Amino acid sequence: MYKKQECVAMLLAGGQGSRLYTLTEKTAKPAVPFGGKYRIIDFPLSNCVNSGIYTVGVLTQYQPLVLNEYIGSGKPWDLDRAASGVTVLPPYQGKAGADWYKGTANAIYQNLSFINRYDPDYVLILSGDHIYKMDYAKMLDAHKATGADCTIAVLNVPLEEASRFGIMNTDDDLKIIEFEEKPKQPKSTKASMGIYIFNKKILEKYLIEDEADPHSAKDFGKNIIPKMLEDGCSMYAFPFSGYWKDVGTISSLWEANMDLLGDDPEFDLKDRSWRIYSRNYSDPPHFIGKYAKVTNSQITEGCNIEGIVENSILSSGVTVARGAYIKDSIIMKNVTVGEGATINYSIVDSDTTIGAGCVVGRTKNAGDDVTVVGSDLELKPGIDIPGGEMVSAEWLADHEQK
Amino acid sequence: MSASGIIFSNIHDHNIPELTRLRTVASVPFACRYRFIDFTLSNMVNSNIFNISVITQYNYHSLMDHIGSGKDWDLARRSGGIKILPPFITAYANSMPSMYQTRLEALKSVNYSLSRLTDEYVVLSDCDVICNIDLNDIIAYHQRTDADMTIAVKTVELTAEQAKTSVLLTSDDDGRITDCIAYPMDFEGKADMNLNIIVMKTKYLQQIVLDAITHNHTSLTRDVIARNMGHHNYRVYKYDGYFACITSFTEYYKHSLELISNPEAREALFNVKDRPVYTKVRNSTPAYYSSTSNVKDSFIADGCVIEGTVENSILFRGVKVDRKATVKNSIIMQDTIIGEGAFLNCVIADKNSVITDGKMLSGAEAQPFYVPKGKII
Repeated sequence: MYKKQECVAMLLAGGQGSRLYTLTEKTAKPAVPFGGKYRIIDFPLSNCVNSGIYTVGVLTQYQPLVLNEYIGSGKPWDLDRAASGVTVLPPYQGKAGADWYKGTANAIYQNLSFINRYDPDYVLILSGDHIYKMDYAKMLDAHKATGADCTIAVLNVPLEEASRFGIMNTDDDLKIIEFEEKPKQPKSTKASMGIYIFNKKILEKYLIEDEADPHSAKDFGKNIIPKMLEDGCSMYAFPFSGYWKDVGTISSLWEANMDLLGDDPEFDLKDRSWRIYSRNYSDPPHFIGKYAKVTNSQITEGCNIEGIVENSILSSGVTVARGAYIKDSIIMKNVTVGEGATINYSIVDSDTTIGAGCVVGRTKNAGDDVTVVGSDLELKPGIDIPGGEMVSAEWLADHEQK
Repeated sequence: MSASGIIFSNIHDHNIPELTRLRTVASVPFACRYRFIDFTLSNMVNSNIFNISVITQYNYHSLMDHIGSGKDWDLARRSGGIKILPPFITAYANSMPSMYQTRLEALKSVNYSLSRLTDEYVVLSDCDVICNIDLNDIIAYHQRTDADMTIAVKTVELTAEQAKTSVLLTSDDDGRITDCIAYPMDFEGKADMNLNIIVMKTKYLQQIVLDAITHNHTSLTRDVIARNMGHHNYRVYKYDGYFACITSFTEYYKHSLELISNPEAREALFNVKDRPVYTKVRNSTPAYYSSTSNVKDSFIADGCVIEGTVENSILFRGVKVDRKATVKNSIIMQDTIIGEGAFLNCVIADKNSVITDGKMLSGAEAQPFYVPKGKII
C-alpha cells in the first residue's frame, strides 16, 4: 500500500512558542495566523509540495486542536493522497508506556515506524516557526552531489546577530567542521535554519543511540548534530539566500507581516511561480463603504470596512466601523472595531471586540513595543490601552477593578 | 423527511446571451466570487438536501469545472452527493437526437435517473433566482397543506417591461393555484412571480414524467399545472425574503450593483446564521490596496491588486487596477486587468480581459458596455 518515497519530510510542529504570549495561549505556534489568510505552517507545507515532496509527517504536541483541524485531510496543499500525503503524528501510548515528545530528536525517534513505511533514502527535518520560500529539491540535489550524511541549510546573518543562532563553521567546500550553539565569539555568520536532510539509515542509527543515552536532551541541535560531527560524519552546509524570518517573537511576527506590504514587498505572496497555499473558506467578498479609506493594506474576504485603514493587515470577517482608525496593525479573524476607535502599532487576536472610542496602543514612533490584544475579549467603549501592553482576560479584569 | 434536489442549469440561458455565450446560466459569475448555481446549491445543502442532480444541455464545461467533485459544497459523498446529468443521446436513435426545450422535456430526458430517486420529496430549482431561502419551510408547508405540488412565489411590483419576462401565478385566499400567466404582454402592478422552486413528492414527479412520455406532454405549465390545477392540490408558497431574478443583462447589472447600494440585500444574502453561501474556493492572496488606491462603495474579492480609483463597483478575484485608472459603476470579472490611466464607467468586463492603458469605456445604466471573455481592448 505504501509506495517507496525518495524523501519524507518531518515537520516539528509541537512547539508552544511561549514568546508569542497570548497569541499561543490556545494554539500551537505553527497555527498562528499570518498575512491575513495564512498560518505559519502553510509555508513549510507549501514549500514541500512545491519541491515535489508529498509525504509529510506533522509532529504535534502543544495545543493541537486548531492545528489538527487546519491540516485536516491536507486538501488545500494537495496533500490528500492515496499512498502518501500529510499525516498528523501526535505523541501516543505504546506497549512500553506513554511518552510525550521529550525533544526534537525524540519526536522523530518515536515516529521511525512512520518514516520506515515509505522506505525513504532521505529524511528532511523542518520546523513550523519560519516564514520563507525554499526549494528543498535543490537542497536534496546538493545533498546527493556531496554524498553527505547530513546537510544543514544555513543563512548568512549579520555578525552582530550571529550569537543568537547555532553557527556552522565550514571549510571552503562548505563541509562543516564545527558547530557552535549561540557562540559568544562567532567565527562565521552561517546560521542554522533548523532544516536538515539526513540519510535515513544514518539518522535512524543516531536516533536509536541517542535514545539510549540517559544524559541526552534528545535534541537535534544539542545532541544529534554534535555527536555526528564528533564521529566524523560527512556534513555539509547548504547556503540559502532569500527572505527568511523566525516569527518566534511578537516584534518579529509584526515585522514579517509588514514585509508583505508595499508595491515592491520584501516578501511577495502574489508570486505565482512559488505559491503559498492555505485553507480557504467560503466567506463573502469584502465590502468597502462610502467613508472608508484603505491604503497600503491587505484586506481579506468577509471584511466590512467603513473606517480608515493604513499600513495594516486584516484577516477575514473584520468589521471596521465609521470613524475608526487602524494604522500599522495586524487584525485577526472576526474582530469588530467600534466607531471612532483607534488602533496603532498593535496585533489584535481573533474574535475580539474593540468598543467605540477605544484607544489601543500608541503610534509606532512613540517607542513602545507592539501592543497585543488577546482573542475572544470584549473591550468596553472608551478603554485606553497604553503602548506595549499584553491584554488578556486577566489584564482586563485588573483594569476594570481600578 | 428527506429530499433530493434537481437543478436546471440551462433554462433561461437566452435571458443573458452575453454572459451565456460560453457558459450555462448556472455558471454565470455573480457577486465577486460566486456563480449563480452556488446560491441554489447552498440553499439545498443548508436545507439538508445532499442528493443533487444537475441537468445540463450544452456549454457545460465551465459548470463541470466549477463543481468539480462537489467538495466545496460538502457534496462529495459516498452516498448521494452531486451528479451532473449531461444530455442522454443514444447511438442507435433513428431520428435526430432531440435537445429539450422545456423543463418537462428536460425531466423526460433524465427519466432513468429520476426513477432511481429514493428520497420522499424532491425540490426542483433553476439557477437564476438569487436568494438565501430555507427550503425546509416550503417542504413543511407542502406537508401541512397536503399539497400535490408547491411552487415558491414572491409578491412583487412589476413594470410592464419586467412582466413580459415573468411567469405569474394567481391563487385563491387559501393558496390554491387558480391560474398561470406566462409572459403577459400587457400587465403591470402587483403579482405573484414564479420563483421556479418547486416541491413535490418524488413519486408524484415520477408519475408526471411517465404521463408526459405517454401523452407526449412538453410543458410543465401548460400540460401539467394548467390541466390539473382544478382537481389537484397545487399551491403557492409565498416567500418574502430577498431575491434577485436575473431576467436580462440589464437586470444582471442592476442586481449586482444593488448589493452595494442596499446593505439589507447584502445581509439577507450573505449574512444569514448557519446558511452561508458556498463556492469553489481558490487559493488567492488577500486583496492589496496600494498607497495610491482610492476605493469607495465597492464589493471586492481576494487576490485583487488595487492601485487606482474604484467606486461603486464589483471586482472579482484577481482583478488588477493600475495606477491612475478609474473604475466606476462597473463589474470586473476574474483576473481582468485595467491598465494605467484607463477610465471605465458602466462596464461589465468578463473574465481574463485586458483594458490597456489609457482606454476610456463607458456604457449606460440601461445598457452597460460588455467586454467579452479574454478580450484585449
